[in-house]
Amino acid sequence: MDLQTLWFAAVAVLWIGFLLLEGFDFGVAALLPVLGRRTADRHLMLRSIGPLWDGNEVWLITAAGAVFAAFPGWYATWLPALYLPFVFVLFGLIIRAVAFEWRHQSHDPRWDGTWTHVITVGSLIAALGVGAALGTTTLGLPIDGDGIRVGGSFAGVGWAALLGAVAVLAFSVVHGALFLALKTDGDVRLRARALALRWSPVAALPLLAWAGWVHLRAGTPLTGALWVVAALAVLVTWARIRVDREGQAFAGWAVLLVSSAATIFGAAYPVVVPSTIDPAFDVTIADASVSDYTLTVMTWAAGVGLPIVLAYQAWTYWVFRQRLTAEPQHEHAPGAGRAPAPGEVPA
Amino acid sequence: MDVLDIARWQFGITTVYHFMMVPLTIGLGILLVVMHTMWVRTDNPEWLRMTRFWGKIFLINFVLGVATGLVQEFQFGLAWSEYSRFVGDVFGSLLALEALLAFFLESTFLGLWIFGWGRIPKKLHLATLWAAVIGSVVSAYFIIAANSWMQHPVGVVADDATGRPVQVDFVAVLTNNTALAAFTHTIVAALMVAGALLVGVGLYHLRRRKLAGKPADEIDHGVWRRSVRIGGWVSLAAFVLVAATGDWQAKLMYHQQPLKMSSAEALCDTEAPASFSIFAWNKLGSNECDDVHSITVPGLLSFLAHGDFTSEVPGVNELQERYSEVYGATYPDDPSRFGDLAGEPVDYQPVLAVTYWSFRLMIGMGAVSAGVAAYALWSTRRGRVPTSRIGVYGSLAAVGAPFVANASGWIFTEMGRQPFVVVPNPDVPVDEQIWFFTAQAVSPGVSAAEVWTSLGALTLVYGVLAVIELGLITRFIRSGITAGDTSTTPPIGTGGDDDRREGPVGDAGGAGRGRRADDDVLQFAY
Ligand code: HDD
Ligand code: HEM
Ligand code: HEM
Repeated sequence: MDLQTLWFAAVAVLWIGFLLLEGFDFGVAALLPVLGRRTADRHLMLRSIGPLWDGNEVWLITAAGAVFAAFPGWYATWLPALYLPFVFVLFGLIIRAVAFEWRHQSHDPRWDGTWTHVITVGSLIAALGVGAALGTTTLGLPIDGDGIRVGGSFAGVGWAALLGAVAVLAFSVVHGALFLALKTDGDVRLRARALALRWSPVAALPLLAWAGWVHLRAGTPLTGALWVVAALAVLVTWARIRVDREGQAFAGWAVLLVSSAATIFGAAYPVVVPSTIDPAFDVTIADASVSDYTLTVMTWAAGVGLPIVLAYQAWTYWVFRQRLTAEPQHEHAPGAGRAPAPGEVPA
Repeated sequence: MDVLDIARWQFGITTVYHFMMVPLTIGLGILLVVMHTMWVRTDNPEWLRMTRFWGKIFLINFVLGVATGLVQEFQFGLAWSEYSRFVGDVFGSLLALEALLAFFLESTFLGLWIFGWGRIPKKLHLATLWAAVIGSVVSAYFIIAANSWMQHPVGVVADDATGRPVQVDFVAVLTNNTALAAFTHTIVAALMVAGALLVGVGLYHLRRRKLAGKPADEIDHGVWRRSVRIGGWVSLAAFVLVAATGDWQAKLMYHQQPLKMSSAEALCDTEAPASFSIFAWNKLGSNECDDVHSITVPGLLSFLAHGDFTSEVPGVNELQERYSEVYGATYPDDPSRFGDLAGEPVDYQPVLAVTYWSFRLMIGMGAVSAGVAAYALWSTRRGRVPTSRIGVYGSLAAVGAPFVANASGWIFTEMGRQPFVVVPNPDVPVDEQIWFFTAQAVSPGVSAAEVWTSLGALTLVYGVLAVIELGLITRFIRSGITAGDTSTTPPIGTGGDDDRREGPVGDAGGAGRGRRADDDVLQFAY
């Protein structure tokens, strides 16, 4: 495998990591008004992602940084073509980030409610926006031979963007529900499980449609096989929620994401920004990439750095592994004794 | 204004704003590590309370640094796509490495620190703070290496076909002398910010306690006193280091970007020995170098530039001519790359008034801060507590001084390198040099209306966030150490997810009364 292909794969892995991790943050935030009937429930939901969201968001920064570092031609074509949509995403990410932390500072219940809404709105914007952007980079943007957008500010926002947006949001919502089912106890857990059971088959459709579309345009037998795995993963997820196996359902849903994203990136390869105007204007990894020397340097850095990052992020998830509850719960007060192992938690 | 000007305003505003949070994150983070480490080593509750109080301010500030940093990461692509294409081989990898090696460390371990009280062993918990703060220092290093490469591009050769830089020596990029100087300068400048905050807030509370007749043997008194003493010494030491590293930078700059330094000194004509200007007037605002009068210290400029009091220092007029000869008197006549500026004459001289005054403001505000630190140390000597209104409130107001100094430093550095965005490296033969004009860096496909929209929207959001952040920090500082925090040990065993003090949690969620259900875990860290 040449370095450019390796880095195309690395960038895909970073985006998948981002969607897999930040996906449940987005989903939990989107579900706040749906599952969080009582204030205490909403606080519980926010607490489940409290220690994790910032670390997860860095996956986005790293993914964008890796696009810039390995394929500046991709970065410099994609971002200005979707200038205002990206600014909108940034707006969503900004208000969401500050609301997470500042919510704790205001002890006034009215402000607390406001910040909670801000988290939901900001996360919706970010999930839809990132989905739209990823949709266009795999299905096409109206760019000319110089990689410059043809048409007005929103010329890039077409069916591809819409599909990507809906796909990422729908995936995230169920992902968030499964995360809550896995991480919380009590009412929220039950309602999250019911929601995932009812909606998971529907929520998977846009993502499968997107993957299928990219595959039909440029796929290979391998991406076809990956697509089938993704579709099967939905069935597995659904069947596992039915029998209340939350961990397995969560894993099944993750397989859906990984396989569909692998289908999408695999089929799109080696094009990084397809042009809807003329396929001759497509930006490929060869047009967009940096020198082999720089790719080699980054390969070393990522080869050493990424496993370390994965190790300590995994440790974080381990530290915060116990189920949370909104009700007073004296026996298992975390830190008082050992935390209950996952198996001890009533299923 | 055309796209170029709006995009420049946007970059300037968002970056300066980001850099309001950054030095506090770095500086306070380093001091926080010291406080927390001292607590773990001595078990002295004073250290614990200091960690709690300053830790909370650190966190309120940190999140805004993250939120504004996100914008930075995308800006190069959004508004400066030609720049991103041009420098991609060097610049992008530094940004990506910053995210991979620093931001992950910072954000993951900070999450562990915040939520880890009482949940992970004490020493391991301390280690999480260390990791987070090391992350922020490493992040500063990578981003400054990226910035310094623009000021002094090393480790690259020009590509024959495209003229773009191709990286050949990554180690040279990382050990760029400009980067080493700027990094050390920025870190000590960040410590000045943290020191000033400790001094200002500490004096305010000491005075308030004394006027309220509270006894000096209470633990809170010790906490504030110690904050003032630490902050004062840190400020003074950091000022000395800032001057030393600044001198190092200045010497590099005379060589690497002579026009920036001559502009900063309003030195129009070549002089030997050259004198240092303290105050200049007349026509400076008009950007006409001639006929500037200033009060000067003879020979000092030669010393800053070369280390002796007699050497020649080239003036703006001579340098302008030299640059025009080498890099062209006009921009190439290519509207697709240079827009309105195609074929127009190049003005190699940065805006005189800005470079001149931002340089002085940086040094001046640093000196103010050092003066306040000296006052604070003197007025609290041997257990004393100052009650002077002017002294104490002056110190509180002076918390802003190092922020201004930091922003001025960057404005000087960044505007002083105009009209280049990548400045040619004088150590390389002219025909192998790499340079890039700001005029050709901007995204060609983006319209003025789009950049106006984003500039307006971001400025508005940033403005609102600034008001809230200042409000929160002020309120928290006023409420002092004991707010919501009466125990001197961390709530080990209660750092949990339930709330014992609330009764049944109904729809009001207990929010009506004081603290909320999940505050137990957060009240400590936040
Ligand atoms: C001297 C230091 C310094 C400088 C010059 C900059 N930053 Fe910064 N940045 C930091 C030092 C820092 C930090 C101390 O590491 C921050 C501040 C608060 C924080 O959360 O981390 C940060 C946060 C931060 C984040 C959020 C990280 C997270 O989510 O944890 C991003 C994406 C950037 N920055 C990107 C940039 C870019 C693209 C810059 C160039 C224009 C830039 N920063 C200038
Ligand atoms: C260290 C990382 C930084 C990088 C890579 C960087 C890069 C850039 C770039 C690409 C531009 C736009 C082109 C231009 O106008 O020249 C710019 C402009 C600017 N930057 Fe920076 N910058 C950095 C840090 C900062 C910081 C921390 C500040 C201030 C606190 C700052 C202040 C400015 C200002 C005021 C401008 C506008 C100057 C002008 O257009 O005249 N920069 N910088
Ligand atoms: C006391 C004497 C000082 C001297 C001689 C000095 C010198 C310099 C010089 C020459 C530069 C420009 C570097 C370049 O463009 O390449 C610079 C930049 C800067 N200064 Fe200072 N400085 C001093 C004090 C301060 C203080 C007190 C602060 C803040 C508290 C500060 C913060 C900065 C920052 C943030 C920059 C921009 C980043 C950088 O290039 O390091 N400086 N300083």
